[in-house]
Amino acid sequence: MPTAFIPASLPVRIDEELCIADKGCTVCVDVCPLDVLAIDFTKGKAYMKFDECWYCMPCEKDCPTGAVTVDIPYLLR
Amino acid sequence: MQSETRTVDILIIGGGTAGPMAAVKAKEANPALHVLLLEKANVKRSGAISMGMDGLNNAVVPGHATPEQYVKEITIANDGIVNQKTVMAYAQNSFLMIEELDRWGVKFEKDETGDYAMRKVHHMGTYVLPMPEGHDIKKVLYRRLKRTRVGITNRLVATRLLMATDGRVAGAMAFDCRTGIFHIIRAKAVILCTGAAGRLGLPASGYLFGTYENPTNAGDGYSMAYHAGAELSGIECFQINPLIKDYNGPACAYVTGPMGGYTTNSKGERFIECDYWSGQMMMEFYRELEGGDGPVFLKLNHLADETIGTIETILHTNERPSRGRFHEGRGTDYRKQMVEMHISEIGLCSGHSASGVWINEHGETTVPGLYAAGDLACVPHNYMLGAFVYGKIAGESAARYCADTPLADVDQMQVDAESARVRAPLLRSDGLPPSQVEYKLRRMVNDYLQPPKVTRKMEIGLTRFEEIRGDLEMLWARDPHELMRALEVHAIRDCAEMAARASLYRTESRWGLYHNRIDYPERDDREWFVHVQLKKIDNKMACFKRPIDPYIIDLDEYEKAAYQGMRIQKNAPAEKMTEASTAAI
Repeated sequence: MPTAFIPASLPVRIDEELCIADKGCTVCVDVCPLDVLAIDFTKGKAYMKFDECWYCMPCEKDCPTGAVTVDIPYLLR
Repeated sequence: MQSETRTVDILIIGGGTAGPMAAVKAKEANPALHVLLLEKANVKRSGAISMGMDGLNNAVVPGHATPEQYVKEITIANDGIVNQKTVMAYAQNSFLMIEELDRWGVKFEKDETGDYAMRKVHHMGTYVLPMPEGHDIKKVLYRRLKRTRVGITNRLVATRLLMATDGRVAGAMAFDCRTGIFHIIRAKAVILCTGAAGRLGLPASGYLFGTYENPTNAGDGYSMAYHAGAELSGIECFQINPLIKDYNGPACAYVTGPMGGYTTNSKGERFIECDYWSGQMMMEFYRELEGGDGPVFLKLNHLADETIGTIETILHTNERPSRGRFHEGRGTDYRKQMVEMHISEIGLCSGHSASGVWINEHGETTVPGLYAAGDLACVPHNYMLGAFVYGKIAGESAARYCADTPLADVDQMQVDAESARVRAPLLRSDGLPPSQVEYKLRRMVNDYLQPPKVTRKMEIGLTRFEEIRGDLEMLWARDPHELMRALEVHAIRDCAEMAARASLYRTESRWGLYHNRIDYPERDDREWFVHVQLKKIDNKMACFKRPIDPYIIDLDEYEKAAYQGMRIQKNAPAEKMTEASTAAI
């Protein structure tokens, strides 16, 4: 059956200057209750992979370098 | 599909609130037991309290309330439909649990003499204990799990319970949402602690994950219990909460109320007597919202600056800390503007209402070896402290049960059938995306099940849910993450059908908005002073009545109506309220 993928504005932003995923850190990915974050291994940085956010903030609070910012999802803002 | 098998004594499914406590208490009861805590996310930050909690809603603290008073309050708040023994078991263990959590390092508010700083929010008694520094509760639990050497496995999604030929539980089946590996976990006892069915209705925002509950709590446990043949109870008593509009999180009247905040209509007038969440309170909330005096607001802008500062510190660092960010984005300052409120989507939850898996005062479901605790288990208005208390009760009961129960054999047919169901969406090369099926299903839930409930609408809803059952066969997942969403849609569909069938069965109105049936507007105690149970019988969803056990705490006539008069009467305001309040003391 034909399918298409629709772009979505994502609420979790990663400051790649601060993110230390390339040093093996996976804290934000580990703590997300919905498992929506992932590491991009080509860049060695974390990113939001799925638009399924509860804006609950463990990723932001537990990040050791302050690289993660959780915005309120656009539909709720 | 690759698979792994392991064997434990007690398997606990769900590592949020009740689950960690059940695991610790089972292990403490018998350190020789192999106890495994299975979690869909990560135990460090999972469940409804991932960011902590700002207070206890139902603390029974000596000097402020007795277990007997609490049992009365909850019996009345839940319109009489309670198994008082279960509420009493909670109430008697409530204070012991607070003291234990306190020793573990959970911080509760205390006054200058070191006593717990209790606040009155309920209609009759005093049960609210603030936790302004409650943000670390998950860390405290995690330390405890490590200390008692409980086995933990993260990112495993349980999908079905394994059943023995004699009808008792034999374990569970799950898959890893990262690798897709299928897991068979054999166990003598299983404790379900999977939380509410929070992804049932669609929030007004239309965002699938902008739910009141942590959206990971998709109703998996309700579905697993149902397919295992356990009785569910009070499913028609929906969870509906008053929330910050669009943000869809609690404004926390329990925090703000004792500091002088209150709910108003658009004229800034109070219209409800008591902010404690009950179906009757929600009915008045709904009427005001829909009527000419709506919308509804939380009013704080009359309070002193330092009071508001304190409220902000609590609300913006606990439970749902992104509240502050939301208000900032909209330019809402508690000092200047009132906060626009709305009602939540419907859900199933015993923590807030009474819809759950039936358990007795030992945490036992009707299936031998299967226990339940927390938002999923039917003990009305149980909240977080109730989840801890019943986690303890269920953990200790399961440990006793294991002592003289042998491990059941695995029925390979069940394993094969479930493995096929689980892997099917991954095997398709195209099909329906889980997000689209979920959106449609939950939109239908809103259209046909959202109270006020209408018979014909719910019947049409059932037809639609049946059609969506067919769509499940076309779900397509490109990776194990999407597979998790696909399997959650199966559970949500089961919950939607349960919600419709239980609601149609109870042909009366009760619990205010939670079960407000337009075609049966009156409460009918002669026919319906009973629990409505739901169970899988001959592969069909069946409802039946279960009599209410004789009360252990009698109610006085004047108390029974205490939650009926929630609306402030404009002409004779003070009288009724004073009577009810004095009478309860």
